[in-house]
Order: sequence, then structure tokens, then C-alpha cells
Amino acid sequence: MENLEPLAAEARTKIEAADDSATLEQLRVDYLGKKGQITALLKGLGKLSAEERPEAGAKINVVKQELQALIGERKQALESAAVEARLAAETIDVTLPGRGQSTGGIHPITRTIERIEDFFSSIGFDIVEGPEIEDDYHNFEALNIPEKHPARAMHDTFYVDEHTVLRTHTSPLQVRVMENDKPPLRVICPGRVYRCDSDLTHTPMFHQVEGLLIDEHSSLADLKGLLEEFLQVFFEKKSAVRFRPSYFPFTEPSAEVDIQCVICDGDGCRVCSHTGWIEILGCGMVHPRVFQYSNIDPEKYSGFAFGMGVERLAMLRYGVNDLRLFFDNDLRFLEQF
Amino acid sequence: MKISEQWLREWVNPELSTDELAHQITMAGLEVDAVEPVAGDFSGVVVAEILSAEQHPDADKLRLCQVSAGDETVQIVCGAPNARAGLKAPLARVGAVLPGDFKIKKAKLRGVESFGMLCAEQELGLSDASDGLMELPADAPVGADIRCFLGLDDRLIEIGLTPNRADCLGIAGIAREVGLLNRLPVSEPVIDTVAESHGDTLDVELKAPVHCPRYLGRVIRNVDLSRPSPLWLQEKLRRCGVRSIDAAVDVTNYVMLELGQPMHAFDLDKLSGGIVVRTAQPGESLELLDGQTVELNTDTLVIADHSGPLAMAGIMGGQPSAVGEGTRHLFLEAAFFAPDPLAGRARGYGLHTDSSHRFERGVDFELQHRAMERATQLLLEIVGGEAGPVTEAVSADDLPARPDVTLRAARIKKLLGIELAAEDVERILSGLGLGVSATAEGWTCTVPSWRFDIAIEADLLEELARVYGYNNLPVTRIRADLAMPARKEAEVSPRTLRRHLSARGYREAITYSFVEPKLQQVFDPGLEPVHLANPISADMAVMRTSLLPGLVSAVLRNTHRQQPRVRLFETGLRFIKGEERSSDEPGLPGLRQEPTLAMVATGQRFAESWAAAGEAADFFDLKGDLESLLSLGRAAQEFEFVAGTHPALHPGQTARIRRQGVDVGYIGVIHPTVQAQLDLNAPLYVCEIDLKAVVDARQPAFSELSKFPEVRRDLAVLVDKAVPAAELMANVRAAAGAYLTDLRLFDVYAGKGIDPERKSLALGLTFRDQSRTLSDEDVNLAVNQVVDSLEKNYNAELRN
Repeated sequence: MENLEPLAAEARTKIEAADDSATLEQLRVDYLGKKGQITALLKGLGKLSAEERPEAGAKINVVKQELQALIGERKQALESAAVEARLAAETIDVTLPGRGQSTGGIHPITRTIERIEDFFSSIGFDIVEGPEIEDDYHNFEALNIPEKHPARAMHDTFYVDEHTVLRTHTSPLQVRVMENDKPPLRVICPGRVYRCDSDLTHTPMFHQVEGLLIDEHSSLADLKGLLEEFLQVFFEKKSAVRFRPSYFPFTEPSAEVDIQCVICDGDGCRVCSHTGWIEILGCGMVHPRVFQYSNIDPEKYSGFAFGMGVERLAMLRYGVNDLRLFFDNDLRFLEQF
Repeated sequence: MKISEQWLREWVNPELSTDELAHQITMAGLEVDAVEPVAGDFSGVVVAEILSAEQHPDADKLRLCQVSAGDETVQIVCGAPNARAGLKAPLARVGAVLPGDFKIKKAKLRGVESFGMLCAEQELGLSDASDGLMELPADAPVGADIRCFLGLDDRLIEIGLTPNRADCLGIAGIAREVGLLNRLPVSEPVIDTVAESHGDTLDVELKAPVHCPRYLGRVIRNVDLSRPSPLWLQEKLRRCGVRSIDAAVDVTNYVMLELGQPMHAFDLDKLSGGIVVRTAQPGESLELLDGQTVELNTDTLVIADHSGPLAMAGIMGGQPSAVGEGTRHLFLEAAFFAPDPLAGRARGYGLHTDSSHRFERGVDFELQHRAMERATQLLLEIVGGEAGPVTEAVSADDLPARPDVTLRAARIKKLLGIELAAEDVERILSGLGLGVSATAEGWTCTVPSWRFDIAIEADLLEELARVYGYNNLPVTRIRADLAMPARKEAEVSPRTLRRHLSARGYREAITYSFVEPKLQQVFDPGLEPVHLANPISADMAVMRTSLLPGLVSAVLRNTHRQQPRVRLFETGLRFIKGEERSSDEPGLPGLRQEPTLAMVATGQRFAESWAAAGEAADFFDLKGDLESLLSLGRAAQEFEFVAGTHPALHPGQTARIRRQGVDVGYIGVIHPTVQAQLDLNAPLYVCEIDLKAVVDARQPAFSELSKFPEVRRDLAVLVDKAVPAAELMANVRAAAGAYLTDLRLFDVYAGKGIDPERKSLALGLTFRDQSRTLSDEDVNLAVNQVVDSLEKNYNAELRN
């Protein structure tokens, strides 16, 4: 019994110094195992008198429990140190860029067309596409633009042969829709159009979105309401919109629509030529003669059509200052959308 | 059309500022494109008279002038060649400010003092170029402010007229609009019939009355064309963008600008016999006023005399019969040439004149008498002379018809959405010159001879809306019965495709639909493309038969701009001549306009990064991207890739893409020779596929999930290198029987350790049954069948 305290002191020191779990386990066996030194002391209690035994036993048990606790604590400390060490070793630079394929993008013209489609399809317009090489019947004649009409001169038409053209506008789709379907009709027709003109502000190919609505009660007031609302949702701005009388052979009455300059809010800037207004689309009530070409009764039905230039909308929306960039496909341009 | 605001205000003068006036007519459909001052911004310039002009003692080209400025006489040193005693010219006095903030100060020129500057038109911003001092009329009041004297506080209003509004191609027409819009009367000039001083006439014969239903002529004798046009006339012409030539030409131009009637003056002495209005005969030619000689087409209307054509009717006069310095007697023409037969004729000769512009759009066919009297009156005032009687040839049946147009009150409400009071309808229409009579349902209207754009009720509605003001019309929302649209589920929308490719690193490009013919031939040498009759340039002359030439050009532009890694795609039509279009494709017979998708990739597999090894992309990168696209429609198993060839592609790295046996596209790498030709500095992987094949999808259909475990077996076989993996795998699938649920090719090896003619393919086969756990025997049997089949069909050996 007299060596209990030195033994305990020795054990404490060794446990404290143990720096891996194997050493610690060996110390447990050496002191507390079946043949351990503390266990041996407990076994030796039988040699003591019945009076001495309880007190001596209690002392040994205190030491035993203390050592058990110390070993447990030390073990836990070693384990958590090991985890810490592993975590430290596994630390990465989380600010490095991620791995894998970079993301591409959608062309700003397509992006603009998709937005336009979304606005109109959400109020029940169908989306229709058509041929880009057209006959002159659909591109001109059925739209009330007979041969030699001065309006044909305004179109700078690309010809394939005498009666075949690259469509100069998306309006021929009006005719095709009216040929194929019966009113009521609500469609928009996005697509490429072509004019034989190329300079700073014209490319020989560009995009339009045509719209057509025919039913038994539509009026110029409806057309105004629809386009005004469209322009405001498109630009996400309550800009003023104005309608001016104009002329298209296939609508009567016809109008051009101006929007208060979305760049300067009407104060006047380079984009709006200091007028505060930007011409943005053309529209009108479907001309009765166009109805007659398509065998729709102009007494029963009325309707309106509108056409907008996608490049112009995209330039205003995104602040693009050069039309030609749209077809140059420079990655530095495409990456911005 | 450019007009002077002052001139317009002589006719009708609303209490509006220039900007308000411009806005008002813009909103009435006469779009004002620009408003500009007619002169530069200057002050302190007066009418002055040169009293004497002497040589400068020390300079050959300078003169010393004593100039009266009204209140004093000043000395001016002047370099203008026309500085002479007696001339009246503008004088910028000391303290004057000329355009460009140029201040006039006392100066010494070669030792002589000069107290101001005598001015040329250019220096006052009145013209772009001038050669000498501006010469003012002899009766100009010395000392008067030049701005007041010339009425220079005027603005030029430029109106972009739509082709239907020919009636506004003259001050009179615009004044009519402005009067109506402001409810003001219009004061027209008094045009009296000029008394005849002699009886000389020329016979006029209308041989083509459809082209020219009315022709008026008049002989004016003994004019003095040495007399210049008065300043007011020159100024009005100048402000409308017309150059002053001589009094005869100036007067005809003036009447055109004022009333809208183009006129022509011939030198009477140069005409032989009477006037014949006819179409040109074969072989006839004419020297025009602009100096060029044109061969006349037989569809061209000419004004001829008995010896040949004198003028291209309604387009341009001829040089030989033109009025010039020596002209003593005039023959004045005012005609109506019908728009339709004239349309496009001027353009056919590369011409576009003030006259053809008006006649093509429609000149008032009742205007000729007034115009003739107006021009005669002005000519006699300016150059003297004696007028003869007016000769008129007319074919009344060929004059434009003006049928009455009915307007129903109910249609105003229905189509414009407004209730318009009857008196407003009548005020507006009669203000436009229509005859209006009320009927039970509305009105019957007669249409004036100057309006070529009013034939139906809708035209009247437009007039009402226009004058009422489009902006005053109500704004309503559209109303409709909401029908639910059909939406096919088994379809991958082009929108989804674009998003998917974008997520895989491709950027959408939009390239021109017309390409360079040579480049088209590189990709489709067997296809004759659609040629444009009038291409904008040689490198945009044919319609694309493939999207690749455009995309390859886009890649080139980028790689030449230090962008070595490019991944692009495009969707759009390609145009194949000679093939019938499919029934769901709109368009023309004998031409396919086929929606197509193309993708291109060059440069590194991944964008440069710490995490990427910098390997170059290869065939399988593009193929993997394409396959992932094809699997979007759940129909990937319907596609197969078969080794094939393409004229522009590497013969060993090209596959045709088939869907259920039908060729739908191809994929490969640009042939090294073509790569060099195109100046591409790295391999370019390309594919093109029929968009419909990608869009057409399969609707998902559930199959029961097995509750029993799967068994996997791996096989490695050696086969000849030429054996296509896809074919071998199809063979494995067929031989393995119904329990095979998955087959993977997880390794391909050729090289060290195996026969150089052969390759090793490692296959992972997964088996499972719906109703029971498969036994070893079941699986062994299947695997043995596979091995037997591969041995038999591909001379395969099992490795290990």
C-alpha cells in the first residue's frame, strides 16, 4: 500500500506524456489491465486485515478511477488532435475557381425575340414561323403592294428571280396565317428579313417580329393599348408612347409608334437625335383589301397588325451602339449576354 | 420635302411656335424630320452700297471701297472680284458677329484700315459655297438689317412624306392640313386668268391618253431672260433646296413647290410642228438636261414634236429644246401624267427628279389650268412677254375616277373606338376638300382630285383619326375568349436546345443567310445554291446550303482576334434547291427551307484554368455535346453514328448521323487541306444536323422497377482495330438475351502488350430480371452466348 502514491504519480506522468493511442493503451494494460500494477494492488487487499481492507480498497479504487478518467481524457485529446491534424492537412484554397465547362450564352437577338414571345404568348398569341425565300404574291401583292407601287421602292428587295424574293418583312406571314386558319387569330411571327442595303445603320439581314390579331371587335384603341403595354413591359419602364399617322399599304389606318427615349427619358440625347422620341414600330388596322385576298369578311371581322425591328429593340434595351456587331459574332460581344 | 416656314405662314399662320407647328404636323402624319434655320446665326450685318472701289496701293487682289452703310460711309478693304461701285451687298459692320462666333473688328490690311467686312452668301451661312459678294437688288434699302430685309429669321422644315400623301408635295397642300388642324382659313394667292395678247398656239396630240390624259400648253412670246429672278423668288427656292437657274426655270419650279404641279418650259424656236405626247419608238434616244443621252424604252412616255422626242414626260426635259440665254419665246407645259404607267420608269433610267417623284405619287389632275395661269402671271411680271391662249388636250375617260365613298357612323365607333359628333365628321372631311352629304347610316363623300389615297371607308376612318389625333383616341385592353392551346409533349423546344448548348459552353451566333459562293462550294460541292439576282456584294451572293460556312467564318474572325478557344452554335434555315419541301415546311415549290442546327468547336477542351491540363478538344468532345443534346428528347437510342465522308472533312474522322436509318446530319473535323486553305490555325470540329431530328422527341413511358438484385460481369475482348465499337456493342446486346439491362464500354486499349493489328475493348454487362433473382447459371449462359457470338462474328478473343 505504501507504494500506491508513487505508483499513481508515475502513471499520471506517463499518461500525460503518451502521444499516441497505442502507448496509451499499453499504459492502461500496464496499470489497469488484468495483470496491471493497480489491479495487483487490489488483488493484494486480501492480505490485509478486515479493518484495514475497506480503507485501503477505497484508496486504490480512487486512484484506479482517477487513472481511468485520465486515460479517457488523454485518449479523447489525442483523437481530436488527430482529427485536427487531418483537417489541417486537408485544407484547400476555397477561393480557387471551380472545375469544368464554362457557360456559353444566347445571342442578344434571340434573347430579345424570346422576351417578346413570352409577353405575347402569355396573353394567348401563337408563335408562327415561315419561309425566308418568298414569292412576290405573299411578300407584296397579297399585302396590297402591287407591282410598281412606290412602296416597293422603299423595300430594297433582294431578288432570286422575277417572282421570288428574300422576304423584306415578316408581314407575308400575316397572309399565310390568314390562308391557313380562320379567325379569331392571334399570332406573332419572329424571323429574319432581308433588304439590299448596307451601311452604318443598315445590315442586309435583320430581324422583325410581326403581330396579327383578328376578331369581331378589335379596334385602333385595342391596338394602342396592346402596344403601349408591350413597350412598357419590354423596357420595364412607364415611358410615354405616342402614335403618329403613317402609311403602309396593308394597313388602314396606319401608325408609327414612338416611345419616349429610354436612354434619356425624353430629355434629348444622341440616341433619339435630341427629339426625346424613338421610332420603334409600325402598325395599323388590317386593310380590307388584305382581308379580301385571304377570303376573310371585312364586315364581320376587324383586326390589326404590327411589326417591330428586333435589332432596334435590342440596341435600346442593352445599349448596343453599333448594329453591325450583332452579325460579327465577336466573342467579346457575345459574352456580354 | 423641304419648306420654308415663312412661306407656309403666308398661306396660314396659326399661333404656334415653330416647334409646336412641327409637332402638330408630325402628329397629323406629315413627319417632320428636321427643323433648321435658313441662315447662320449672325448679327450686325446691313445692306450697304459700294460707292467707289479702287485698287489697294500694296495688294493686287484687294480693293479699297468706300461703302455707304446708311448712317455713315466707311472704308472697307475687300478681296472679292465682284466688288464694284454701285453694287449693293451685305456689310458686317464693326461689332458684327458672323456664324461661328466670328467677331468683326477694325483691321489693317496691308497698311490700310478696314471698318468691317463685305460678305458673301457663304459667310452668312446662306449657302455652302460662293464666289464673290452676295449681290443684293438695286432697290435694297441701304442701312437696313439684312436679316429683316431677307426675312432670314425663317426656318426650313423638312417633312418625310409617306408615298400616299402626294397632295402635300406643295405649300398649298400642307397649308390645307395646317388650316384644318387649327380651324383657320387658308389664304391662297389670287390667280387670275391672264389676258391673251396674241393667238399663237401649238397643236397638242395625245397619242397615249392612258399615260397622259391631260396636257396644257401655252406660247409666251418675247420674254427677256436676261432679267434675273427677283430675290424673293430666289430665296424661296433656295430655302426649299432648289437652285436658281433662270427666270423661266425658276418660275416653273416655284409653281411646283407652291401648288404641287411640275411644269416645263421649252424654247419655242427649237420646236418643229406641234406637240405629240406618245410612247417612245424603238431606237429613239434623247439628250437630257443633266447632259446624259439615254436610249428610250418603248414603254417610256415622251413629249415629242414632229421631228422627235423633246422630253421624257414627267421625268426630265431634253437639252436641245431647253430654255437658255438666247431664248426669246417660250412654250409652257402643264400636264397630268398618270401615276401607274409612270411608276418605276424614272428608276429604270437611274433617275429620280422632283417631277417624277410627284407624278409617280399622283398630281392633282384638275390643277393644270391654275398652275398655267400662276406661272404665266409670274413670268410676265418678271421677264415680260405676251401670253397666247392655253391649248388643252384632254381625254376625260382616262382621267382618274373618283367614286364616292360611303362612311357609316357605326364603323367609326367599331374601328376607332370613339363616338365622333356628326358635325366634327363633316368639318374634318370637308376641311380636307371632300364633298360630304349625310345619309341614314352616315355620309356619302366625294373625293377631291388631289387625293389619290381615298377610295374606301377605311381611308376615311384614317382621315378622321388623323385629324382627331391618334393620341386622343382611347386606349383599351384586348379582350378574347381564352382557349387553351395544344402543346405537344414529345418535342424539345428550340429554346431548350439553345439553353442546353449554352450550359455546355457554346455561344449562339447569328450569321448571314447569304455566303460567299466559293465557301459554299467547299462544304457542299454537289449542291447548286440559290443565287441572288442582285447580291449586295460578291461575298454574299448565294443562299447558304449549310450553316457551317457562316460559323467557320465567325470562328476565323475570332481566332484572328486572339481568341483561340471558340465554341459556337447557330440555328436557322438552309436552302436546298431542286428538292420538294416536306409537307410541314412552309414555302415555295422546288425549294427546301430547312431548319438546321450547327455546332463548331476549336481550341482547348476547357477554358484555360488551374484545374485543366490544357488538352485540345477532339472529336469526342463535340460528339459528347451532341449526344447529350440528342438524349434530351429521350430518343438517343434511335440515333446512330456511322463512319462516313464529307467533302470538307477528314475522311478518317467523319461520321454520318442517322435517325432510324435516315441520314440527318454529320459530324467531323475539317480536312487538314481545307483547314490550311481557310487559314484556320487549329483543328476545327463541326457538326450539322436537321433541327427537326433533334426536336422530335419521345414521350416518357414508365417500366416497372425490379425488386431483385442485379449482376454485373466484365469482359475484355481483342478484336481487329477496324471493328466499329457501336456495331460490336449492338451484337453484344442481341446475343446477351433479355436479362441484359445495361452495357458499358469502359475501356479501349491498343498498344504495348497486344497484337498491333488489334485492340482491346472492355465491356461491363449488367443483368437483372423483373420476377426473380438470376442464378449463376442464367448469367453464365448469357455471357457465353455473347462470347460465342463475338468469336464467331468478329474473331474476338477473350483476354485473361
